[in-house]
Amino acid sequence: MQNAKCKVKNGRGAISTFALRKFPFATVLISLFLGATVIPSSSDARLAPRRAVLENGLVVLTSEQRALPMVTFNLLIEAGSRFESAGREGTANLVASLLTYGTRTRTATQISEALDFIGATLSAACDEETATVSLTVLKKDLQAGLELFADVLTAAAFSQAEIDRQKQSVIASIRAKQEEPGQIAQEKFREALFRDSAYGRPVEGTMESVGRVDRGALLQFYEQYYRPNRAILAVVGDVSHEEIVGLLQKLSRSWERRNSPSQPPPTPSPAAAGFIRINKDLTQANILIGHDGVPRNHPDYYAIQAMNYILGGGGFSSRLMDSIRNERGLAYSVYSAFDADKYAGSFQLAMQTKNESAGEAIRVAMEEVRKIREQGVTREELQAAKDYLTGSFPLRFDSNRRVGAFLTQMEYFGLGLDYMERYADLVRGVTMEDVLRAARSRLQPDKWIVVVVADQSKAH
Amino acid sequence: MMRRAILALLIVVFWALPAGASQVREFVLDNGLKVLLLEDHKSPAVTFQVWYRVGSRNELDGKSGLSHFLEHMMFKGTPTTGPEQYSRIIATNGGRSNAFTSADHTVYFATMSREKIGVEIELEADRMANAVLDGATFGAEKQVVMEERRLRTEDNPAAALGEVMGAVEYTVHPYRRPVIGWMSDIENLAREDLRRHYALYYAPNNAFIVAVGDFSTQEMLAKIKTEFGKLPRGAEAPKIKVVEPPQRGERRVTLKKEAELPFLAIDYHVPNLKDPDNFALDLLSVVLAGGRSSRLHQELVYHQRVARNVGAEYGGLSVDPGMFSITAQLLPEKQPGEVEKAVDAIVERLRAEPVGDKELEKAKNQVEAAFVFGQDSVFGQAMRIGQYESVAGWRLLDQYLEGIRKVTAADLLRVAKKYLDPDQRTVGTLIPIKEKN
Repeated sequence: MQNAKCKVKNGRGAISTFALRKFPFATVLISLFLGATVIPSSSDARLAPRRAVLENGLVVLTSEQRALPMVTFNLLIEAGSRFESAGREGTANLVASLLTYGTRTRTATQISEALDFIGATLSAACDEETATVSLTVLKKDLQAGLELFADVLTAAAFSQAEIDRQKQSVIASIRAKQEEPGQIAQEKFREALFRDSAYGRPVEGTMESVGRVDRGALLQFYEQYYRPNRAILAVVGDVSHEEIVGLLQKLSRSWERRNSPSQPPPTPSPAAAGFIRINKDLTQANILIGHDGVPRNHPDYYAIQAMNYILGGGGFSSRLMDSIRNERGLAYSVYSAFDADKYAGSFQLAMQTKNESAGEAIRVAMEEVRKIREQGVTREELQAAKDYLTGSFPLRFDSNRRVGAFLTQMEYFGLGLDYMERYADLVRGVTMEDVLRAARSRLQPDKWIVVVVADQSKAH
Repeated sequence: MMRRAILALLIVVFWALPAGASQVREFVLDNGLKVLLLEDHKSPAVTFQVWYRVGSRNELDGKSGLSHFLEHMMFKGTPTTGPEQYSRIIATNGGRSNAFTSADHTVYFATMSREKIGVEIELEADRMANAVLDGATFGAEKQVVMEERRLRTEDNPAAALGEVMGAVEYTVHPYRRPVIGWMSDIENLAREDLRRHYALYYAPNNAFIVAVGDFSTQEMLAKIKTEFGKLPRGAEAPKIKVVEPPQRGERRVTLKKEAELPFLAIDYHVPNLKDPDNFALDLLSVVLAGGRSSRLHQELVYHQRVARNVGAEYGGLSVDPGMFSITAQLLPEKQPGEVEKAVDAIVERLRAEPVGDKELEKAKNQVEAAFVFGQDSVFGQAMRIGQYESVAGWRLLDQYLEGIRKVTAADLLRVAKKYLDPDQRTVGTLIPIKEKN
């Protein structure tokens, strides 16, 4: 997955959403699976992002888009699960989910009534590094929506009754995850790769640790980490930079900056390699093969993305899709991805195949990795990868919500406001040698962690 | 549904127009191919979709999954394009492409820049007439589809329940069969089945095109005429005339499967959006489960704390009458029977008392906002136009918001009484069991 956002959520964090109503869609089968979320390259004057830093340290990015009477807010804040105390895993996730369940002046029900009455959508989610809070509102309800947004962010109440409700709900989602073999594989993989560190634990915590989190811990986390100097806000839509910055200055006056305790980011576990088998009554083996990757600022980032596009990131243009799916009919979905976060990353190759062909699929996938490490790629393959990466970049910005998400990530990773202009050259600069080096240094078969969730009596 | 202020209203009206369905331009080529074009210059993307009026609805017993399998095989090339080359050509031109099959239609699409979209148009026209379906790829692709069925249905408890319910709530209508097909049917599909299906349904007069995005209508139409205009009109596709007889009495289904949380689904027979009651049915789904302040969410998730999440969906976007579905994923150790009673009480209240003015206004506001948000992406707009066209004609989209605004509390009461009738429903329950071994 070449993802400028560089963050695969995998449903690991909790997501709470208001106003679930969408325009009714008939049930459909998306039949051809494109593992890659598309991405990066070329400039588009239409976005014209602007940046401001408020007095309290909040970074604001705006893109004025007048075509529809709507405004989208996307706030990213460094308040992920790695900042929580040991023994209280699940704190960060509970804080994020409880934001919309009551403030000093509004009950949970008042908040949901108010949001639904204006048809707004407000959601909060959390992963290992960051929490995100998003709001989409009609232009005519901008003031009302923004007041609610500021309220949940700066004046959440964490009442005991809501905490109890939310804990019950988190415990249910921990159970629900056990129904999804892909989620189980993902959890086991991270646990092995980042053993004994915050990245290796599920964001929701465990049933036991969630039980231990009390109101004091939630309030303390909220006070320490929900601070404007740790946050980036993108506002996209039918509003000018000046208007929105003015509104935000006023609304966020009481939101004070504070220095939070610093914590060094976790590192991958040195001896992670191994085979992990989980037995479940399934018809398919869910297979995940991988090891550590690179952080987003790695100098070989673009070479790695081009190499991975050819290996397994490029959907139907990838070698893995060719050999696993098209030639052998072993899987419906197969892909590989370098997930590059701010301080760490991982490489994953994922597929599902009937229990009986698990061994064959793993062998074929590993053979593809061996080939790309030994022989590199052809000039034509590299050119096709570059053409896709650069050509599809502008298509990334086909909705306000996607623009908002992109702008926060651009700031978070320090890519600069001119990133959109620079992107194409960064990709075009990748050489055959770069790709070979990326394959040899970043695909490391001696470090394989292989997770197979399957009916083990049939999977070989 | 009173407006807040005149200014706000003007803004809405003024801005809603440029991207509204009214701006759709319709053309019909001589060979019967309908073309629906909507210019939208918000972003540099263009979405191009070909909708074939064929899906699992057009299949016969023993041949379920044929439309979907054919969709897969449409990527295996033509005399001028090799197997799987389509996707590579689109990708090297910076595009994203895919396809999907539903009960009613099969849709192929790509999203690309204005400069490159011509490539997609050429390739779609080529495979409308010249697809190679019986190459060496047939056997492997059948395995892929079987893997897809395992992934989506066999190992997914809620989806497996949905499949069993479909087989019970329809007795004669083809909606009783799953879109992906039964496993043994997929296994037995032959090359000849694909060829026949393709010959019957893949013709310009059984398809329509939807394009939305950054293009000029005249240029787009000219390119479409050049590429698709030369294809011959096909024979009239066979009509499906099966009518599901009225249900008289509740049906019940249980599925026991390894799972963590029980799941409850209740499906009621309802008309599709050609019926004037569609607006009220849409609003009923919002009153029941639109947002956290909705009745089902408040009662089951928030107060009684028996469900992890709830949903209500009006399936009006189907060619033949569909279902109004209520779903609940239960919290651990809660009893499906108890939750069913709680749902019943809420539904029965809707059938006994009119909803309040404020609650109705809230539901309408939610629908209107969602309608505007739905125009955020070109793909979303094209999907909406295509679905309306496939069921009742895209022009009905223009009347959508007006229809919603006109609904009264008395309408909701009448429609709830008429359709949310226990005698016309199927209740499905997923009962989690521990692993069988």
